[in-house]
Amino acid sequence: MRNVDSTRHVRGESLFVDDIVSPQGTLYGYVYYSSIAHGKILSIDFEEALHVHGVKGIISAKDIPGENQIGGIVQDEDLFAEEFVHFIGHPIALVIAESFLQAHDAAKKIKCVFEKLPAVFDPREAAEKGELIIPQRIFELGNINKAWKKCDYIFEGTVENGGQEHLYLETQGSLAFPIEGGGIKIISSTQGPTTVQRTAARVLDLPMHKIEVDVTRLGGGFGGKEDQATAWAIMAALAALKLNKPVKIILPRQEDIRITGKRHPYSSDFKIGLTKNGKILAYDVTFYQNAGAAADLSPAILDRTLFHCTNSYFIPNVKATALSCKTNLTPFTAFRGFGGPQGMFVIESAIYKAAKELGIDPSEIQKINLLKEGNEFPYGQKTLNCNIKKCFAGVEEKYKPEEVFDRIREFNSKNKLVKKGAAIMPVTFGISFTTTFLNQASALLHIYTDGSVSISSAAIEMGQGVNEKLRIIAANELSINIERIRIDSTNTSRVSNTSATAASKGTDLNGFAVIDACKILIERLKKVAADELKLYKTSRIVLKNEMVFYKNDKTDLTFTKLVNIAYQKRISLTAQAHHSTPNIYFNKKTNKGEPFAYHSYGVGIMEVTLDCLRGIYEVDSVKVVHDFGDTINKTIDLGQAEGGIVQGIGWMTMEELKWNSEGKLLTDALSTYKIPDIHAVPKEMKIHFLENVSNPFGPNNSKAIGEPPLMYGIGVYFALMNAMR
Amino acid sequence: MINFILNDLNISTDLFPTTVLLDFIRKEKMLTGTKEGCREGDCGACTILLGELVKGTVKYKSVNSCLMPLGDANGKHVVTVEGINQKELSPVQATMVDEGGTQCGFCTPGFVVSMTGYFLNNLSLNPDDAIESLGGNVCRCTGYGGIKRAASDSISIFEDGKSDDRNHLENLISLKFIPIYFHDIKKRLEKISENHKSVDNKSSIVISGGTDLYVQRWESLVSSKGNLISQDKKLAGISKMGKQINIGSATTIEETKSSKLLQKYFPQWDNYLSLFGSLPIRNRATIGGNIVNASPIGDMVNILLALNSTVHLRDGKKKRLILLKNFYKGYKSLDKKKNEIVEKVSFQIPSKNSFFNFEKISKRTYLDIASVNSSIYMELKSGKITTIHISAGGVAPIPLYLNNTCNYLRNKTINTETIKNAAEISSKEISPISDARGSAEYKSLLLRQLLFAHFLKLFPQLVDPEKLL
Repeated sequence: MRNVDSTRHVRGESLFVDDIVSPQGTLYGYVYYSSIAHGKILSIDFEEALHVHGVKGIISAKDIPGENQIGGIVQDEDLFAEEFVHFIGHPIALVIAESFLQAHDAAKKIKCVFEKLPAVFDPREAAEKGELIIPQRIFELGNINKAWKKCDYIFEGTVENGGQEHLYLETQGSLAFPIEGGGIKIISSTQGPTTVQRTAARVLDLPMHKIEVDVTRLGGGFGGKEDQATAWAIMAALAALKLNKPVKIILPRQEDIRITGKRHPYSSDFKIGLTKNGKILAYDVTFYQNAGAAADLSPAILDRTLFHCTNSYFIPNVKATALSCKTNLTPFTAFRGFGGPQGMFVIESAIYKAAKELGIDPSEIQKINLLKEGNEFPYGQKTLNCNIKKCFAGVEEKYKPEEVFDRIREFNSKNKLVKKGAAIMPVTFGISFTTTFLNQASALLHIYTDGSVSISSAAIEMGQGVNEKLRIIAANELSINIERIRIDSTNTSRVSNTSATAASKGTDLNGFAVIDACKILIERLKKVAADELKLYKTSRIVLKNEMVFYKNDKTDLTFTKLVNIAYQKRISLTAQAHHSTPNIYFNKKTNKGEPFAYHSYGVGIMEVTLDCLRGIYEVDSVKVVHDFGDTINKTIDLGQAEGGIVQGIGWMTMEELKWNSEGKLLTDALSTYKIPDIHAVPKEMKIHFLENVSNPFGPNNSKAIGEPPLMYGIGVYFALMNAMR
Repeated sequence: MINFILNDLNISTDLFPTTVLLDFIRKEKMLTGTKEGCREGDCGACTILLGELVKGTVKYKSVNSCLMPLGDANGKHVVTVEGINQKELSPVQATMVDEGGTQCGFCTPGFVVSMTGYFLNNLSLNPDDAIESLGGNVCRCTGYGGIKRAASDSISIFEDGKSDDRNHLENLISLKFIPIYFHDIKKRLEKISENHKSVDNKSSIVISGGTDLYVQRWESLVSSKGNLISQDKKLAGISKMGKQINIGSATTIEETKSSKLLQKYFPQWDNYLSLFGSLPIRNRATIGGNIVNASPIGDMVNILLALNSTVHLRDGKKKRLILLKNFYKGYKSLDKKKNEIVEKVSFQIPSKNSFFNFEKISKRTYLDIASVNSSIYMELKSGKITTIHISAGGVAPIPLYLNNTCNYLRNKTINTETIKNAAEISSKEISPISDARGSAEYKSLLLRQLLFAHFLKLFPQLVDPEKLL
């Protein structure tokens, strides 16, 4: 059966926030923001702006009935600046008018006088000044001081990685309107509806039950709408409450790029020690995370950098230090990989440097240090069902790296102006929110008397195919035709206290909750069937292919018939189930525990061609062997892998965030911030699904797939480095 | 009144002709399948097809509706994704679903429209060309793997299902690539064409293709009465008169790119211009617009400079000619009077012993603005350079003609030393600045490399790359 979301997409019938028919009289909001990176607001004058035709009001900090606070992890972020502005793009006010253009014109007439204050953009400079978001974090394993003495080689270095704009095709947006009893309904393009609800309640000084957040789908999220969708949703809600009118905010692309958070740039120092035969004995790394002007999710992202600082390798002695540094740039936020890619980039840089100095290929070091079953990570968890070596062996068998390297050596010896390069990139990624309490989800399942089924869960559909995966899971569990099942919007009135759809966990958490809800209903239906068939026990009754079976014999009870009998017998056809990942914990004081339900594994080999005259390059191929567990839907998983790889390549190559000395983003449009187009992708992409790798910790034995493939992009960077060698 | 067909519906509207077509589609007609992704022609989520009567048949081209004035739809057929929808999925839609060519779905209608446009426009089909036609659409989710597979599968469906008894349009209709109403569009357009009078409202804002003007200032354009000139047939077309080639100012870049005449004189012409914008941009952007826009990194201007082109200006009956290299006075400042419009540009056909090359470096190879671009035209006589014109974009406030470098190279023989000296001279007549497209040093280095690239490409036997670099 065809994926229903996809079917709507290709017909242009999927409704994004800006496509939903707006209520009559909807007004449009335009965000007025700081034009300087750091300063004091001396005065602000809305007078002239308020007189622009069509303008209905301007709201700012003084209009907030509750707290002017939207920070989640740390309470350090205001919705509207009051006394100080901390970055270019810091919202100061919202102009509300009958049309977008009127609001936009009026915003130009706001007169704001600032006193400029010194601004910091470099994370190391911020760290020197003690400007940290949270105290520094350190993960340790073994004893690094003793280990250096045993090393035959020690190499040190410093590396920088740039940030990345999410560039979801649908910009941030929300529509809010008053509902009966002083409440507000918010339709938002957010990955975290409960975050929006909770924060709106705080800002609007309303109980959470008066705020309903509804999300049908997102035109891409990638982490950029996990925390960063909140501000626009709340501004719209605040304006709707104040003016008693529906209010819509859709950020124009350039504003979206300028004022919303992105992947964190890091500056990092490493020291790596190896034995003569290439075993890594010790690794000391310090990460300076550029967090921007407020915490946002930076502390959690910082932790994941530490969790993944040794990537796919067992290193017995590790000291990893991470500092979240406060600067005067937009607060950086979640982005596919969530700090993991930055951690992996540094260890791969260390290996590259060691290999270069030793005159060998980095893959030689990579291979002999790969994780084995039972190896301990710096955070105390030991590998279980470790498949990284299987993936590596798969790459060797299918893609013949030795032949690739030989072919490249031969090519390079014959060509002066064009050089080729290749690299291998292993990826090991922990699956779970590392903030343990977030690993919960619930599902609400209705069966209607016509046999159709509706499922609500905490999962947000943003292109990753979670809706279709949940349908497959439910159809499989209930053993009914998938056509009967509809995934409803994610709504805080139907499913409460949701965790954001993030950390690649959407299908895992919500899938298990759906399975549990299905099981509850099956049990009830079996009892009804037993009763109807005048049997005492339900244990021999099975629901299969839309029919009731007893002792393997088909009865004449169909699913629809059974459902109707249940209704007649006054049996509830609704079930709610809650799932929480078992056996995970993490002690933030000792920084040890079992934070992950399991790990995702994969290895890729990448080839590039470099034009040395013009300084341009092409990616010839990316070939991967990846552990998907038992895939729930191969088309979806393949798409996640291909899409993640290309996004990762974009980050490591052409995508560039460039600020001027005043902290103004120069690459603030699609004309200057370039993401891969159809010509820029690898000419060949091969994704092999590793066989016989059922995952007992995933629904239907599957594995999470959202984030891990992005990190193959790091390999393309090193392939280019190798081409330049 | 502006009269056109939107999908299957006849439209008559008296809205400002400068209204953005995308806004008309989404806000006036509530057709929300067409998306707004960037409003600068860089994402393709707003792609529509524009059908126009050309010599008795309807020709369709993909266009970014975010940069197109409503007035230019007059007398045409505008097709959005809703206009492609039938009861069942079209083969393009079905293969996009089956191959995973869509994830979040926001860019998807644009891809479906572009790909359908490819089938409408091309009698002979192959996957590479189909992919080429999607160069104006970006997708952030899929990595394009599924989209490429869908393009290839759609072609197979067409090839397997087409019948020689039907013409191309009938084949597309019978295989459900497009709905049946496309049959009658030709007749319906003929009726509109007969009835309509061209939009005429002369004002000071002259809008040609609008592909940069609408990026820079759509907010002010929509409330002004622009003078839309891109549909003025008198200003369009490419012709040869004696030894001179004329290109009308309203000729689109795509028409220029696919000109058989120009391809004859410049064998790599099609490749050079494939680096200009994207297909939907090239379908709207015009030669005149590119010249008057005066962007220091304009690709077409860069080429025309090296062809030592002449700009033909007209103010009513007054005509004036000026060499393109003398047309630019400073950043976005032209030797053009307020009422003068660029009528055409002309250059001499290249002589038999001539050489031409165009080089462009941008962060992304396609649909990107150059960091630096450069063109060279050269005539040789017994090993000596007799005529030479070199242009350089992105290294000065204006599209630059490298006067001193050309003066140095004239009457020289080509060898490594000469080229090195020329590069040295060129570095002294440029003034690049650091911006989003690179630092001043990087651009300076790039121009040197591109000068080397010109000679390495044109005279590989005369230049030793080892000594050059």
